[in-house]
This record gives sequence, C-alpha cells and structure tokens, in this order.
Amino acid sequence: MSFLDLNIVWYILVGVLFTGYAMLDGFDLGVGALHLFVRKDEHRRLLLNSIGPVWDGNEVWLVTGGGALFAAFPEAYATVFSGFYLPFMLLLCSLIFRAVAIEFRSKEHWTWWRQFWDVAFSTGSLVSSLLIGVAMGNIVRGIPLDADHEFAGTFFGLLNPYALLMGITTVLLFAMHGAIYLAMKTDGELLAIVTRWIPRLIGLFLASYFLFNMYTLIEVPWVLETVRARPYVFFLVAANVLIVLNIPREIHRGREFYAFLSSCTAMGLMMATFGLTYFPNMVLSNPDPANSLTIWNAASTQKTLGIMLVIALIGVPLVLSYTACIYWVFRGKTTLTKHSY
Amino acid sequence: MTAEILARAQFAFTAAVHYLYPPLSIGLGVVLVLMEGLWLKTGNPLFHNMARFWTRIFALTFAIGVATGIVMEFEFGTNWSTYSRFVGDIFGSALAAEGIFAFFLESGFLALLLFGWNKVGPKLHFFATCMVAFGAHFSAVWIVVANSWMQTPAGFHLETIIDGKPVVLPPDHVVTPADLTSVRAVVDDFWVMVFNPSSMERLTHVILGAWMAGAFLVVSISAFYLLRNRHRDFARTSLKVGLAFATVATVLQMLSADATAKGVVNNQPIKLAAMEGVYETREATPMTLFGYVDQKDERVVGPKIPGLLSLLAFNSLTRPVTGLRDLPPSDFLTMRHPGISAEEIPQIRKSYWPNVAAVFQFYHIMIIAGVAMLALVVAGCFFWWRGWLFDTSRPLTRWLLGAFVLSVLGPQIANQAGWFTAEMGRQPWIVYELLKTSEGVSKVVTANQIVASLVLFGLVYALLFVMFLFLLTRKIQHGPESAEESEEMPDSWKALIRTTPRT
Repeated sequence: MSFLDLNIVWYILVGVLFTGYAMLDGFDLGVGALHLFVRKDEHRRLLLNSIGPVWDGNEVWLVTGGGALFAAFPEAYATVFSGFYLPFMLLLCSLIFRAVAIEFRSKEHWTWWRQFWDVAFSTGSLVSSLLIGVAMGNIVRGIPLDADHEFAGTFFGLLNPYALLMGITTVLLFAMHGAIYLAMKTDGELLAIVTRWIPRLIGLFLASYFLFNMYTLIEVPWVLETVRARPYVFFLVAANVLIVLNIPREIHRGREFYAFLSSCTAMGLMMATFGLTYFPNMVLSNPDPANSLTIWNAASTQKTLGIMLVIALIGVPLVLSYTACIYWVFRGKTTLTKHSY
Repeated sequence: MTAEILARAQFAFTAAVHYLYPPLSIGLGVVLVLMEGLWLKTGNPLFHNMARFWTRIFALTFAIGVATGIVMEFEFGTNWSTYSRFVGDIFGSALAAEGIFAFFLESGFLALLLFGWNKVGPKLHFFATCMVAFGAHFSAVWIVVANSWMQTPAGFHLETIIDGKPVVLPPDHVVTPADLTSVRAVVDDFWVMVFNPSSMERLTHVILGAWMAGAFLVVSISAFYLLRNRHRDFARTSLKVGLAFATVATVLQMLSADATAKGVVNNQPIKLAAMEGVYETREATPMTLFGYVDQKDERVVGPKIPGLLSLLAFNSLTRPVTGLRDLPPSDFLTMRHPGISAEEIPQIRKSYWPNVAAVFQFYHIMIIAGVAMLALVVAGCFFWWRGWLFDTSRPLTRWLLGAFVLSVLGPQIANQAGWFTAEMGRQPWIVYELLKTSEGVSKVVTANQIVASLVLFGLVYALLFVMFLFLLTRKIQHGPESAEESEEMPDSWKALIRTTPRT
C-alpha cells in the first residue's frame, strides 16, 4: 500500500458525495414529507419557497455521487443499479414527480391543481426517502451476489423487514432534518407550527434509530464482529445520539442554525459509522461473502482513479465555494414575492 | 420481445423525451445572455422585460430537463450494466466530470438567475446568467464526448484479469460473450479519449442544433405576437434578436453539418452508406434527395443527383463512396469470424449493417428540416432588409410570420432525427466495432421488469409533456409584463433605466 491509496481516497470521496446528498437533499425531501401537514396555501407556498432556490442544486449531489461511483467503482455501480432495478425505477419516477410538482404547483390558482401537485410533491418526497433508505438497508445487510458479482436476489427480497425499517428511519431522519431547516427559514405562525413538530420528530427518529441498531445486531452478525475489532465505531454512535439530543436545546435557545448544523453533523456521523464498519466492502454479498465487491475488485484502474482525483481536486473546491455563496445570498427567513413558486 | 429490444426502446424513449429540453436550455441560455447584456448596455427597459419573460420559459424547460436527465444517468447502470462494467473506466469519468463541472455550476447559479432579481445587483445577476449558460454548454461537452467515444473509441486498450492480475490484450482482440465477465476497456490517455476522432465535430453540431432550438423558439413566439398584434414593441425586438441568432446558428450549422458528415465518411463508412442508402460501390456516387429504401432488393427509389455524394464526401467528382455490399470489408469479417468461407461472407456481412431504411429516413428528415430552416432565415433576413418584416398588412409578411410560428418544430425535428441517425447508424454496436449492443444489456433484468418500467415512464412522461405544453401555452398567452414590474424593481436596477435609451 503506497502513501496515497487511491482506492481508499475514492471510497471516502464517494462517501462524502453521498453524505453531502443526504445533508442537502435530505432537508428538502424532509420538507416535502411534511408538506401536507400544513393546511394554509400561504404556508405551503412558504415551505416550497424555502427550498425553491436550492433543491435542484441539492439533487445534483445524487447525480454526481452516481457519476463518481460509476467512474471509480463501475462494478459496484453496475451491480447495484441493475440489481435494484424496480426500486430505482420507482425512485426515479418519484424524484421526477416531486421536481415538477415544485415547478408546476403555484403556476395556477385552481384548488384542484394545487392539491394535485401538493400530493404529488409530498408523496414523491416520501417515497424517494423511503426507497433511498431501503436501498441503503439492503447494502448494509448485504445482497445475494453470484460469482460474477451479479445480483442473484428478487424484488420482494429487497423489501425485507430490515431494509424497510431502514427506509422508515430515513424518512424520519429527513423529516426531522427538514423541520429543523424550516425553523431557520420561517417565522410567525408557521414557525410556531414547525417548532411543535421538532421534538416529536426527534423522539420518533431516535426510537426508530434505536430499533434499527438493535435489529442490526441480530440480523447482520458481521457488524458485531466488526465493532469488536474496531471499537471506535461505538463512540461515533454515542456522539450521534448526543448531537441529536443537542438539537432541542439549540431550538429552545432560538439558535436554529446551530440546530441545523447539529442535524447535519448527525448525518455525517451516521455515514462515517457506516463507512468505518463497512470498509473495505463496496457491496457485501449475503449469504456468500466471498462474492462481495470491495474497493479493490470493484474499482477502475489506478490511472482513472488518479485522473478523477485531479477532476475532484479542481471541481470540489469550486462547487463548495459557490454553493456556500448561494446559500449565503438566500439566507434568512423566506418571504413570498412575485417570482416565488 | 426480447429484453435487449425493450431496453433499447426504453433508452431511446427516455433519451428522446429528455432531449426536447436541454437544447432549449442551451439555446435559451444564450438568448438570456444576449438580452440581459443588451439591457445592461443600452438601459432600454424593453430588454429587461424580455430577459424576465424568457427567464420564465427557461425555468420551465430547465426543471424538466433536470428531472428527465437523472433517469439517463441511472439507466446506464440499471439497463446496461454489462456495458457499464466494460467501459466504466473510461465513460464514467466523463459523466462524473459533467456532474462536478457543469451541473453544479448550472443549478447553483440558476438559483440566482431565477430568484436573485431582488437579492443581488444587476452585474452579479448578469454574471449568474452567463454562468448558467456556460454550465449548460459545458454539460453538452462532457456528454457528447462520452457519446463520441462510443462512436469512435480512442485512447484506451482492452485488458483482462488472469489470476487476479491485469493483462493487456492486443488491439485486434475480438470481444466474445465469454469475455464479458473479465475483459474491460481501460484508459491509456485521457485527452486522446476526450478529443477522440469525432468528438469536436459532433459537439459543434450538437451545440449549434441547440442554439437553433432556442433561437427558433424566440422567433416563433415573437412572430405569434406580431400576427396577433400583441406586445408589438416586445415582439419586434425579440424577433430581431431571435432572427439574428437563428441566422448565425443556421448558417454555421450548414458548415458544421458538412464537417460532421465528412467525419462519418472517414470514421464510420457503414453508417454513411446507410444514411445515404448506398448499396453499390460505384464511381461518381449519386446522392438520393429523398426516397424509399427497398431493403429486400437492396436499392433506393427516389430522385438522384449524379456524382453529388462523391463531391460532398471527397471533394471529387469521381471517387466512389463505398457501398454496403463491400462493408464491413472482408478482412474485418475474416478477423472476427476465423475460418468462414467466401460464400458465407455476404450473409454475415449483413449482420453488421444497421437498419438501413430507418437510418436513411431519419437522416433525410434531418436534412430536409435543416434546408427548410435555412430557407426561412434567408427569407426572414431578406424581408428585414427590405423593411417588410414587421409590416403585418402585407400578405407575404403574414405568410412568413405564420411559417415562423411553426418554425419552432424545425430544430426539434432535426435534433431528434439527427440523434436517431447517429445512434441507429452505430448499430449493431454499442461501442463501435468493439462491443455489441446485445452484449451490453443487464443480465439480471428481465423483459417483464423493463415492460413495467417502460409503462411507468410512458405514463409519467406523457403527463409531463402535456403539462409542459399547457404551461408553456399559458405563459405565452399571458405574455411579458411591462410597466408594473419595473416599479417593484430595487433601486440598484432602476438606476440602469435611462429615460432616453441609447440606441
């Protein structure tokens, strides 16, 4: 192993891209999941406009994460995307629906029109979050792979209770994250509504997260062995619970931005927990671990990983700097203007 | 139907629908830069209203372009996973670069373009508009580079894994189905891959096609207002900007089309023969203007101009264009099928031909649409020069404006037909002369699953398309806004309005 192991660098970078996606698109998917819980048209418009300028930039993290996975670990990309065929097709349709719902909803004043797109936006967001969680759950648990690394399971096999629990946990995580984001972006009556949601969502998420971790220890035996070998993983889980518990404290003090940062950190810690436990696997084969895809047998050549690293070193600082600028320009409470959704 | 045909149908359908929108974003992006630039330069509030109006149309096309674009990226993995394993080392980096360099730029600055009118000053807003347009062009660069590599692969070698170690395969290695679990194409030289023999010509051709899509949309909507006698000042100025842009794009496109076709002559002679319906190799090869391909008797019925194809392909009156009956050459066939007899060659040869009738017709539709658009811009410029263009009392002007209203379909038809020519003309290959399309499909995805997703996409896209047309029509009916918008403009913007605009 040389000083700079490109496979490990790309394992981290792909993880960073998907974590960025969870932190950013996570809150706008969460806002979508909560959309139907407010009734007034003005409030719904405020919800939409709070994510209006940023949601499609957030979705680009998924596109880029997918592109980076394709380029750095083509075998993992090919295996997972073809293996999860139907769930991913449903995910795509959900993402399309919610995207155009945001764009179309406020273009007309008819009640039925707005109701239709409200439901489309909310269902699309919910189903997307659920399916992302289900996919993640299956990756954690491992999926059946044959000797050629092709998926050997079935569609209904992917909808196992463990993966579904992960799906629900993800929905709750995104909804909590979205509510905290809304606390930053709203005020007055709407802020009062949103503030009431936050402790309930935190409670629900923590309960679901606890169940999921317990279930993991029963359902996925390799996790226990890995945690024994890498005990520092335990500290990440503990830090995660503490940081989630910090959220209501910050909200109580009226420091919504710090609450949002805590929530982002929690997501980062969860992904780090996963990454450190899962390493060096890319796609774990269950029941036959010998067929697993790892950061070595799923990777592109060193040359391509090197080229991609140059691309990332040029591109990522640019992306981060103007993303930060745009969030800065649109900071503060959302107000409705003529150009709003 | 087989899974392969279904997977191809799904990719063709989702790509065709997707490709209605990005060309509009690219073309309208340039229009927005032009209009906002003119507004900053002249201070004429008309340009400001125009920029605002076209931004709203832009936003609509962009949102659907993004939503349908994610599907394309997923489909390489979901439907073409064997292909993805085979080319991931090369193709993946172009896609990732597109995401990092182009999409982030586009979507980030789009926020400022759409919602930043009251948040940032005019100069910064103009910068954002330029970045969105630049990002849109940049995304075309990477995806066309990736596609061109599939047409004319370069800068790579094949390798296989033996006992866990990569082994380089010779350049003439023939990929067989048995190879597909271990053999892959890996990059030798990134820049040779990027600047592969066809990428720059094809990129120019695609971008000019996108400019035409944007320009003719502006021409069409402006002509519609003029005919209806609505928003006259707005429509006159819009038509001038749109027509000038359309003329530049169309004339440049004629040059680019010639260069692209000459590239196909050299790089993919089978595709060229199919496009032109050339079966027989003969001196002074004629060009068929339009016609019907009789695939059974291997002939094309239709008016022909003797020697024109030789002239266009080689700048020579006599040099023959190789016909399909000699393509692919016999040595290529004997290399791929060792031990075949001379009698078997003609039959096997045909399995390397694309669907000649379809490629011929798509290509000719594109050419006819292109020539029609050239005729329209020439007529438009002539009317403009004579001062007739806005004189709607003239019947001829009314005819021309009516044709302009329909002209929005021209670039769309040409763009679609062009891509069908390019992609169907490459068949039976997914990567030209390297990997067959039938070998690229996902092994684990069944025909039934693809039927399910195809139906799903069919329904969703049909709904989307109807909604898009509906909202576009409403926006056009509603038209640009004038006085009241300038009132709520922040002071930094108002300062730019001059009471006597510079001309």
